[in-house]
Amino acid sequence: MQTISDEVLIAKIAKGDRLAMEALFARYRIPVFRFVKRMVRNETTAEDLNSDVFLDVWRQAGTFEGRSAVSTWIFAIARFKALNALQRRPTEELDEEKADTIADDADDPEIALAKKDKAAVLRQCLLKLTAEHREIVNLVYYQHRSVEEVAGIVGIPEATVKTRMFYARKKLSELLAEQGIERGWP
Amino acid sequence: MTSANNTTTHDEREPSEIELLLPWYAAGTLDPDETRQVEAALSRDPELASRYEWVRAEFAQETAIGETAGEPSPGDARTLFAKIDALPVRRTNPSAGLSARVAEFLMSVTPRTLAWSAAAAALVIMLQAGLLAGFVFQTKSQGGYQTASVPTTAPTEGSYVLIRFQPQATAADISAFLETNKLSIVGGPAGGQLFQVRVAPAKLSQADLTRIVNTLQNDKVVGFIAAAY
Repeated sequence: MQTISDEVLIAKIAKGDRLAMEALFARYRIPVFRFVKRMVRNETTAEDLNSDVFLDVWRQAGTFEGRSAVSTWIFAIARFKALNALQRRPTEELDEEKADTIADDADDPEIALAKKDKAAVLRQCLLKLTAEHREIVNLVYYQHRSVEEVAGIVGIPEATVKTRMFYARKKLSELLAEQGIERGWP
Repeated sequence: MTSANNTTTHDEREPSEIELLLPWYAAGTLDPDETRQVEAALSRDPELASRYEWVRAEFAQETAIGETAGEPSPGDARTLFAKIDALPVRRTNPSAGLSARVAEFLMSVTPRTLAWSAAAAALVIMLQAGLLAGFVFQTKSQGGYQTASVPTTAPTEGSYVLIRFQPQATAADISAFLETNKLSIVGGPAGGQLFQVRVAPAKLSQADLTRIVNTLQNDKVVGFIAAAY
């Protein structure tokens, strides 16, 4: 049984080893795709960005200095590309996203039904978080990134990572309250 | 989960360091020392423990969002390598990637270590298929990638939970746990060593599933468990 480390794969990729690139791509293509998709909320854009992320990995492998884990480096590239894509989006798409985050005054039957299921409401509220909040929530909960890793990916101090996650959760509480679920602090 | 009536009071205070760490505790990414601190705080502070139930719920729902996000199309490797092939031929930078080259060297001279995740994955294969062999990480030039993600083609019948086993749990412990509780591992491990486990062949009510989760979480081999809706 043998598991080649990410660092070894990057060293091989830096030398132009395509098999190593295939192995690294196999290891991260799905997590990175899901992270990027969570950020940009568009499948086609996410797929294009995923490919661009790994193209950068191929190009930049020789400059990887090992100051962070390889996965942190890859997710930082992915985040940068996702944020750029969000900034490039047409105004009408941004308006749609903003509208998604505004609570409806009147519940449609679907929402009324969902209110009966806290888990479903919670999931809907998670989907309504802003890009800044959903990135950190996804990194912590789904990508299982430590405080240190999130700090490396997002480029902020570890203390800020913790408070940002806390305020993302606080925002979640507000969204839940708008749906009639009071959970207190945060 | 609690509905705190004294929200105003809470709003006026800063969260404690332990409270800030709860999301990482749920995800299993704290170091052992921090984990012990959080566990001690949870055991002595019922209000914190009740807030942690919400953290667990968030964790479960974000996991569900991630696992249903789909996958890139099967031809993505071809697309990537077409782009790579279109790049100008590059020169290798001999001075770069020192740590990577050191890692490559160490890899070539030291015995391979067996990561817990890999051992757990091998265990699943043995348990499910009755085979006495582990699995080998393989790469192929076209398709056939083996990843650490839970398959998105999860079975639709039945009721499921996500479980992360305690790192110190042995194969025999886990095997006995699965057999005693009539559980089947159907997927994983995903990031964070989460396994998708079927607890019943039919779709259970949320209340029944919660009852099962509450029972199973007391088992010594279970590090984390959440219902997968």
